[in-house]
Amino acid sequence: MSKYRNLTTAALLAATLSTPALAGGLGLGRAALPEEIAAWDKDVRPDGVGLPVGSGDAIVGEEVFADKCAACHGDFAEGVDNWPKLAGGMNTLNRDDPLKTVGSYWPHVSTLFDYINRSMPFGAAQTLEPDEVYGIVAYILYSNDLIEDDYVISNENLAAFELPNAAGFFVDDRETTEYAQFSAPACMENCKDEVKITMHATVLDVTPGDPTDGEGAPAGASGEGGAAPAAAEPETKAEEAAPAAEQAAPAAVEVAAADPAMIAAGEKVFKKCAACHKVGEGAKNGTGPMLNGIVNSPMGMVEGFKYSAEMAAAGTDGMIWDDANLHTFLEKPKSLIAKTKMSFAGLKKPEDRDAVIAYLGSLGK
Amino acid sequence: MSNEPLNDKAMIGTTRRGFLAATAATGTALVANAASGATPDPLITEVQEWGSGLGDGVDANPYGLPIRFESDVVRRNVSWLTADVISSINFTPIHALDGTITPQGCAFERHHSGAIELSKDDYRLMINGLVDTPLVFTYADLERMPRVTRTFFLECAANTGMEWAGAQLNGSQFTHGMIHNMEYTGVTLRTLLEEAGVQPTATWLFVEGADASSNGRSIPMEKALDDCMIAFKANGEALRMEHGYPVRLVVPGWEGNLWVKWLRRMEATDAPVESREETSKYTDTMADGTSRKWTWVMDAKSVVTSPSPQMPITHGNGPLVITGLAWSGRGAITGVDVSMDGGKTWKPARLAAPGTEMALTRFYFDHNWQGEEMLLQSRATDSTGYVQPTKAQLREVRGENSVYHNNCIQTWWVKPNGEAENVEVS
Repeated sequence: MSKYRNLTTAALLAATLSTPALAGGLGLGRAALPEEIAAWDKDVRPDGVGLPVGSGDAIVGEEVFADKCAACHGDFAEGVDNWPKLAGGMNTLNRDDPLKTVGSYWPHVSTLFDYINRSMPFGAAQTLEPDEVYGIVAYILYSNDLIEDDYVISNENLAAFELPNAAGFFVDDRETTEYAQFSAPACMENCKDEVKITMHATVLDVTPGDPTDGEGAPAGASGEGGAAPAAAEPETKAEEAAPAAEQAAPAAVEVAAADPAMIAAGEKVFKKCAACHKVGEGAKNGTGPMLNGIVNSPMGMVEGFKYSAEMAAAGTDGMIWDDANLHTFLEKPKSLIAKTKMSFAGLKKPEDRDAVIAYLGSLGK
Repeated sequence: MSNEPLNDKAMIGTTRRGFLAATAATGTALVANAASGATPDPLITEVQEWGSGLGDGVDANPYGLPIRFESDVVRRNVSWLTADVISSINFTPIHALDGTITPQGCAFERHHSGAIELSKDDYRLMINGLVDTPLVFTYADLERMPRVTRTFFLECAANTGMEWAGAQLNGSQFTHGMIHNMEYTGVTLRTLLEEAGVQPTATWLFVEGADASSNGRSIPMEKALDDCMIAFKANGEALRMEHGYPVRLVVPGWEGNLWVKWLRRMEATDAPVESREETSKYTDTMADGTSRKWTWVMDAKSVVTSPSPQMPITHGNGPLVITGLAWSGRGAITGVDVSMDGGKTWKPARLAAPGTEMALTRFYFDHNWQGEEMLLQSRATDSTGYVQPTKAQLREVRGENSVYHNNCIQTWWVKPNGEAENVEVS
């Protein structure tokens, strides 16, 4: 049997080595244009290679952060709910449950710039200007008490800035610290004198319920992939319906809500909102209020959600989420409620706003 | 007729917990009824509807899904783990699967900015950096390149990560389900990179996806040229959206986070980028507060998938199939041992097929169970001679805060009534 295994290994190795024989001269693909490389090659290294020209300090950064990051990461980068905490946790790495933040754990400021620049804000990645990114970086460093608020971070000095835990990492050493001791011949008999149970998972009881008990996902309904063929149809319809939605831009909520294709299109657009807003059966408030039955309901009145004072006041004053207010708010939230907690930049396309409003209108209370 | 339940009795089996409750209450009554033959079985003596009427015609399901009786065999998430399902993970129902290939529809998902819909027509792959000719490929270009088909497991570095500080989740799906094993078809990175002409100074390859997270990671060029590939098919069909359709990276034996989905760019570089996913995440913090980085390879590991908390013994005394999975990122599984007494005594299990490099191996252990309590464990050995360690051994080196790379021996406490629980033993 062991011989057979060795043969299998040898055959696999041979296969690995033999494939590239044809490579190099296939003539497939085309040369990448400089503009294309510039558009995609945005990664930034610890030595600063890749940084765009720009600068910012925590004073400017605080505004951008409050606007675009604080909904999840908190006004002081302390993190909301389960969203990442970006500040604090100094000197906790050797304790139980260390708090790993930019200040306490991250080794390089370049990583911070790189990640914000390419992947944040959540749901609106690649929309920040370099100066905004430098400002946010400065604000996060400031929140960790690493710089003063007027300290300017720029492409000139970012790479030289050393984070507290920069020296806290070492390259994987399992080969020397683990592999020898874990490669001793396996014991088969009399390996221990006695065995006792020292901990039970049921003590904590954090396992999700069985779906067949009615807890969690209904049987057969969970799993995005499992439902793929069924889901494909409305998606296709939504795409076909896009031009129609454009023509119907000024239509009233009621009309839009009646169009299943528009609702389907809206459901797709709503993915941009879904990180913060829950809808459907059992939806609860999250980073934003749940939105069942929101259309034509009073503003700032979803039970249990802590609104900005201005949003709450709008509701008390009798403002409702009618078509006009929804359009204004969805296009540019702060043009309607200047101090709204919603950090979303807005939906630029009128057809997207129509579709989302139609979708929201289709949801029951 | 085809939409109606054919037989209500058959539905009982789909409610595993209900089934267990019934068996637990009546001991082995259910088993005795079916097997003893004391009274004639109406399923045999009476003509059943399915044996008399007609079933579905062809095309009833142009793309078939599992029969509804299997509707509990699905991916599931643990909602308290993450802030939101868009940047989250779910778990393969390994407890209910057998063999080694994971069906795509129930293979676990891990997204950092959600699963995106990217068509083949809209797909572009760029190779740039330290290469002779930066290139752009369309999907159609990739289909014309010399093709390979290989089977590998993909395990998230955080698989079993919730168990570091103690037994926590009751079910192999939750403790070990951040894994899948598929047969991939695609093109080797060597073929692709040689097309662009990698320069001698290029020691790293930075890879990124087309989604908002981009999930950029740096891979040593040596590994990239050794056995990495891009895949556009898995288990014979196109990748599913949630696994990176139309093209993902395959990094055999290494942590799943490197297997970038919706792969859009590969940059040959002379240094690692040290992206978020390779500094603030996927680094392993030791007891003293320092952290290992670049812990890419997945060490040998195994788990008994049944019996287990989600798969209690419901058939009473007698023949019992103990089965599970074993794998190693450093080679092939050469053996799996099973212990029923918490590690005092071990016996070799039977491998369903000889282990292959960096792919799942199925093992079986046939046991005559007499209702005895068991502390069930499995222990894998790979082709390097590495033997899967206990949790105590791992904690000795790493403490309890390393989150990632927990490949410890798992214990299920199987009780006389057949129920099983996740426990830790001395």
